[in-house]
Amino acid sequence: MENAAMNDQATTAPTVSSGMFDDDRQPLEIAREKVSIEVRDLDLYYGNDQALKSVNLKIAHNRVTAFIGPSGCGKSTLLRCFNRMNDLIDICRIDGEILIDGKNIHDKDVDVAEHRRRVGMVFQKPNPFPKSIFENVAYGLRLQGVNDKRKLAEVVERALRAAALWDEVKDRLDDNAFGLSGGQQQRLVIARAIAIEPEVILLDEPCSALDPISTAKVEELIAELKNDYTIVIVTHNMQQAARVSDFTAYMYMGEMIEFDDTARLFTNPRRKATEDYITGRYG
Amino acid sequence: MEHFDQHISHQFNQELENLRQKMMAMGGMVEEMLKNAVQAVVTGDTELAVTVIEADDQVNRMEKRLDEECNLIIARRQPTASDLRLVFAIIKAISDLERIGDEAEKIARWAIALADYHRPRNDYRELERMGVMVLEMLRKSLDGFTRMAPEVALEILEQDKKVDQDYESIFRQYYSYMMEDARHIRRVLDALLVAKSLERIGDHCKNVGEYIVYLVEGRDLRHESKKALKAFEREISGDS
Repeated sequence: MENAAMNDQATTAPTVSSGMFDDDRQPLEIAREKVSIEVRDLDLYYGNDQALKSVNLKIAHNRVTAFIGPSGCGKSTLLRCFNRMNDLIDICRIDGEILIDGKNIHDKDVDVAEHRRRVGMVFQKPNPFPKSIFENVAYGLRLQGVNDKRKLAEVVERALRAAALWDEVKDRLDDNAFGLSGGQQQRLVIARAIAIEPEVILLDEPCSALDPISTAKVEELIAELKNDYTIVIVTHNMQQAARVSDFTAYMYMGEMIEFDDTARLFTNPRRKATEDYITGRYG
Repeated sequence: MEHFDQHISHQFNQELENLRQKMMAMGGMVEEMLKNAVQAVVTGDTELAVTVIEADDQVNRMEKRLDEECNLIIARRQPTASDLRLVFAIIKAISDLERIGDEAEKIARWAIALADYHRPRNDYRELERMGVMVLEMLRKSLDGFTRMAPEVALEILEQDKKVDQDYESIFRQYYSYMMEDARHIRRVLDALLVAKSLERIGDHCKNVGEYIVYLVEGRDLRHESKKALKAFEREISGDS
């Protein structure tokens, strides 16, 4: 089984490679990328505690950007800012700007629901709704008032295919989503996010509750999804960041310590703090 | 190698330290082989030459052992950044050390062959001179690896140029011997092969020097232009 999975990966790898092993690969530079999200001087407080300290960052369009750092460094907080999840926390205060495609997401005329449609999010634990597989994926569209059966079926299939889940569930779309394995549930949740055609997908430790095979499948999926979406992933698994991302940001105590091309950051980081963290040294 | 002693995992520290020690032991063995091989050429000591030939097997086994351990560390620890560069540099360096061992073995074989011929008046002083220089390069490269001193690579590069020049002049010198007297051809050809092996060893030392730069600075100096090397030299001297 493991061998089969590995062979499977080996044969598909070239088409979904991160580009890290392309001939004549040039180091990635954020300055040469189209910017999808721009963070400017972002400070974030929970009450009196400052969780993010003047963070500046650019997220490249249709690339995978990984946030790494020890627990409590602010990486999930930063990720949650991108779809305004922190709005839900009363004591949270934000200074600075977050621009998506040049538009400040905190502007008064921004409709939060519409914003969250553009910026999808997937969490650590798969959270399907207690509904059928089909209805889980169709949920967002129904909220938007789409009820045309053919249209729904078309979108559900496309989203499930994009999430590399279609072949496993096509014969049991009406089954309850809770009957799926953890890895399948996570891909179902990703399909649900894709169905409403977001521009950005935020992944908050998407594989930490999954076994290695399911993890490999989700990682494959990420490599494919970046052709169409900008992806930001928070992960505690550094090897995962090294595998899936094009850019990596290392955060520590609310600060952005180093941001660079992933290949560079994992082979020759510029700052000692980054080196100490990724090599497992005491800082 | 203090830097490699600071992991949260003590076992990992030990694994890397063990790797480093084994590589240095292998380097020491190769150094001894080279020293004795040159000595055997100069003195015509065939017994000494035989010890060199016998030692090569041990060096080969050492290389395989180290390769295996590097493999295991990669599989188990997934090293990154400087740890990754250390493991990678060791894998590369031991392959050059093994090749140096092979060349030393060849020199020992030529030494045995040369012992059968009459000895030139100068006792192959030109080969001894070259051997001393190459041996110093080898010592420097091993020492530079331990001290993580990238500037050593530049010194070795300079020395390698001299070794190449020495080889050129020995080649010309021997060529004229052979022209002068055809009876010398076999002996001089054997001696020339010793010079060629020494020249190759110089190249392997140069490689090891380049891995030190990769290890410490994360830069690949191989096949770089003179201009790039000059720029690197300025950078390094500016650093210290």
